[in-house]
Amino acid sequence: MRSGPSAFNRISVCLGLGFLYAPIVLLVVYSFNASRLVTVWGGFSIRWYAAVLEDSQILDAIWVTLRVGLISATVATGLGILAAVALARSGKFRGRTLFSAMIYAPLAMPEVILGLSLLLLFVAMGIPRGFWTVTLSHATVTLCYATVVIQARLARFDISLEEAARDLGCPPLSAFLKVTLPNIAPAVAAAWMLAFTLSLDDLVIASFTSGPGATTLPMRLYSQIRLGVNPEINAVSTLLIAVVSAGVVAAGLIQRRRLKSA
Amino acid sequence: MVSCIDWPVSSAGATPLVRFEDVSKRFGALTAVDGVNLEIAPGEFFALLGPSGCGKTTLMRLLAGFAEPDEGRILLNGEDIAGLPPHRRPSSMMFQTYALFPHLNVEKNISFGLKQRGWNKDRASARVEEMLRVVRLEGLNLRRPDQLSGGQKQRVALARALAVQPKILLLDEPLAALDRKLREETQLELKAIQRTLGVTFLIVTHDQDEAMVVSDRIAVMNEGKIAQIGAPHEVYEQPASRFVAEFLGEANLFPDGAHWHLVRPEKMTLSATATPGGMAGEVMEIAYFGDRTRYVVKRPHGQVLRISRVNLGPPLSLEVGDAVWASFAPDSAVTLAS
Amino acid sequence: MKRSWPAGAAPFAWLLVFFALPFFLVAKLSLSHAVLAIPPYAPRLDLSRGAAGLIGFVRELNFATYTRLAADRLYLLAYLSSLKFAAIGTAILLAIGYPMAYGMSRYGAFARQTLLIAVIVPFWTSFLIRIYAWIAILNPTGLLNQVLAAFHLGPLNLLNSQTAVIIGLVYAYLPFMVLPIYAVLDRQDESLIEAAQDLGCTPTQAFWRVTFPLSWPGVAAGALLCFIPMVGEFVIPDLLGGSDTLMLGRTLWTEFFADRDWPAACAVAVVLLGTLAVPIALFQRQQAKVLS
Ligand SMILES: Nc1ncnc2c1ncn2[C@@H]1O[C@H](COP(=O)(O)OP(=O)(O)O)[C@@H](O)[C@H]1O
Ligand SMILES: [Mg+2]
Repeated sequence: MRSGPSAFNRISVCLGLGFLYAPIVLLVVYSFNASRLVTVWGGFSIRWYAAVLEDSQILDAIWVTLRVGLISATVATGLGILAAVALARSGKFRGRTLFSAMIYAPLAMPEVILGLSLLLLFVAMGIPRGFWTVTLSHATVTLCYATVVIQARLARFDISLEEAARDLGCPPLSAFLKVTLPNIAPAVAAAWMLAFTLSLDDLVIASFTSGPGATTLPMRLYSQIRLGVNPEINAVSTLLIAVVSAGVVAAGLIQRRRLKSA
Repeated sequence: MVSCIDWPVSSAGATPLVRFEDVSKRFGALTAVDGVNLEIAPGEFFALLGPSGCGKTTLMRLLAGFAEPDEGRILLNGEDIAGLPPHRRPSSMMFQTYALFPHLNVEKNISFGLKQRGWNKDRASARVEEMLRVVRLEGLNLRRPDQLSGGQKQRVALARALAVQPKILLLDEPLAALDRKLREETQLELKAIQRTLGVTFLIVTHDQDEAMVVSDRIAVMNEGKIAQIGAPHEVYEQPASRFVAEFLGEANLFPDGAHWHLVRPEKMTLSATATPGGMAGEVMEIAYFGDRTRYVVKRPHGQVLRISRVNLGPPLSLEVGDAVWASFAPDSAVTLAS
Repeated sequence: MKRSWPAGAAPFAWLLVFFALPFFLVAKLSLSHAVLAIPPYAPRLDLSRGAAGLIGFVRELNFATYTRLAADRLYLLAYLSSLKFAAIGTAILLAIGYPMAYGMSRYGAFARQTLLIAVIVPFWTSFLIRIYAWIAILNPTGLLNQVLAAFHLGPLNLLNSQTAVIIGLVYAYLPFMVLPIYAVLDRQDESLIEAAQDLGCTPTQAFWRVTFPLSWPGVAAGALLCFIPMVGEFVIPDLLGGSDTLMLGRTLWTEFFADRDWPAACAVAVVLLGTLAVPIALFQRQQAKVLS
């Protein structure tokens, strides 16, 4: 049994969560502010949400961002499954050290370096910058996150399940698809979600690798933020927070229900 | 590499279903299976018995196709099965952890292999029902593995492996996870199922009682090598080596030049009074088992004897520390090759 | 056992092309010099001239960019202040994050799961937006000063200061510190604490003699996971720091976008990478150990 939380434990957790949430809550509250002055409360209003819906630049950016996120997360998850299988199942192979180094390094590497190096690659290959270069770049970086999530699940996966399937007549690939994949599906979904959110959120890599006509939402927000605080940004931010929180909370609740029923 | 074998590798007469010829398997510097020769006849219940880590699972996985031998051949019905992948081998395996697919219910677990073999729905579901009857789990079709008890999981795993009508069923420590009472019941049931269906069973176990109860023949393994093959009473009564003698049950060993004489505890008698030819000693321990009583006796020069006495009449009135005399009939001693 | 290796071939090739190869380009470019052209650097490798092209190309590479940067005090200051910000940030994060993670791990299973979600949600929420939220708070007319004014204090001019950068770093990276520490504490066997108390420890002593030493892997993971990207952070110093807040990530960005001095940007990247190579290698070893 765990001894319950002490007063000190409760205070630490409350202060920590308060610190994490206070700025977000303020931002959301002020997105409903009627006043143009972000810091002066002028009554409740949803005029800034209406303004967002009429701002074609923002809407374009959202559309670009969603497409980049969907494509790059899907590519990253597909490659991530393959990479995780190679790392979790192959034991030692030539190039393994290099391979795992390339998987883990981007997790901690400063984004400016990743962005700059990818940009130089596209310049060297003569690929014009735009939608596809951002997508490729996001797929590359989020591939590493997806791999780590899936590999963690595969490491716990009982290999004898797959062997049982082969013993009962499945060739190796079909055993993986019929038995392993359905059982690691939640981790694959989590990996996709993580890749998608990271892509949605990225400013630095997109700024380096994007070109004209492919301005993502963070890039658009960044250039507006540089001009100063603006209630429309609060409204867009609130929408984004709502979407992401809903996804995370739903995933968390599903997991928690499973925990409770187990 | 030819090992010298002084017991019959095959069961008399029948052409073997499985034949291992000088099979070796190495993992790096470790030789997990070392020059194994053995034959399993069709319809036989064959046990691989040996201490943990002696290579039993590895030997079974070589037969199932999850590993290839480094040396030697494995023949099935006289044909070399080298290179045949697991999904094309006519054996099926019941895994030590059962390996039930958590995302499929009982019915779908059992019909998994049938679907793979292209059985149509009606035929497959008839077979599923039949298998559920065999393992006495009728009506549990729609349960998920996590809603089953340990014993039920074990039965579903058995049903799944049997459903595909394997030429040989491989069982890796199938009962190790069950508690003792259930394990003993299931041993008898396994034997009954095997006899009814006539399928060849190869069971791996480290429990000598289990091997003796269920199997027609036992191969005793030690450090990757076969130590002896024979019927349960043969390996118990006429062990080929000191290892076999001590691994299967308890052994009293008496040195005689280059040889050892083995006397099993139940073949020794104990007396509270001096007997001619009896070995004097002191009672160290008395354990009462209901049907029998077990005595540990220490001789003056230090040798410890184990003596088992069936409780037919009143118990001997002995206490720890009493002087006793142990003896055995000369024809109950077996001479072991050194 | 070798059979699964072809599965890795596609991602392996992908990472070689999109991750490893670009680093060589960065290293190569840091040895070139800036020119007014598109792309704005020279020399360019001209393989149509064969081996002569290659030799001519290699001859023109030099360390001039590095010597130029080394001679400029601003770059040295940026380098040192990046390390300083990251170190201070990591220290504060440990002081806040550890008690928080430990507190979370004391709750029952259901509450723990809820708290975990609560920490993860901001971690998934846009980084940029969370930093933006602080601008509104730290503004001279912002909420912080409104609150202070209500108590007849202030005003504090925090926006565009080093304090604001530290606040931003701590705020943005708090989940990265809490989650690895919590993961280790959550897995810890409660009976170890009971055993320690049984052997005569008070709860506080049991914490310091058992819980805390056992949580080191989480602390190390959290500290590395925060320190490494903080050294190269761009968004936080750019939005919350003043024009005098020098950090390498920001320097690199300015060289690249404002000055179009690609070789200088690349040289900064190489220096940054060289500085972070050891912590990154430590982090990798730790991750590989946890996962296998
Ligand atoms: N895939 C493997 N790689 C390396 N060593 C192995 C592998 N499989 C088994 N071994 C080793 O081979 C020996 C025999 O193992 P095993 O056949 O599982 O024994 P048993 O089933 O009799 O307990 C053990 O020492 C084990 O550690
Ligand atoms: Mg075994």
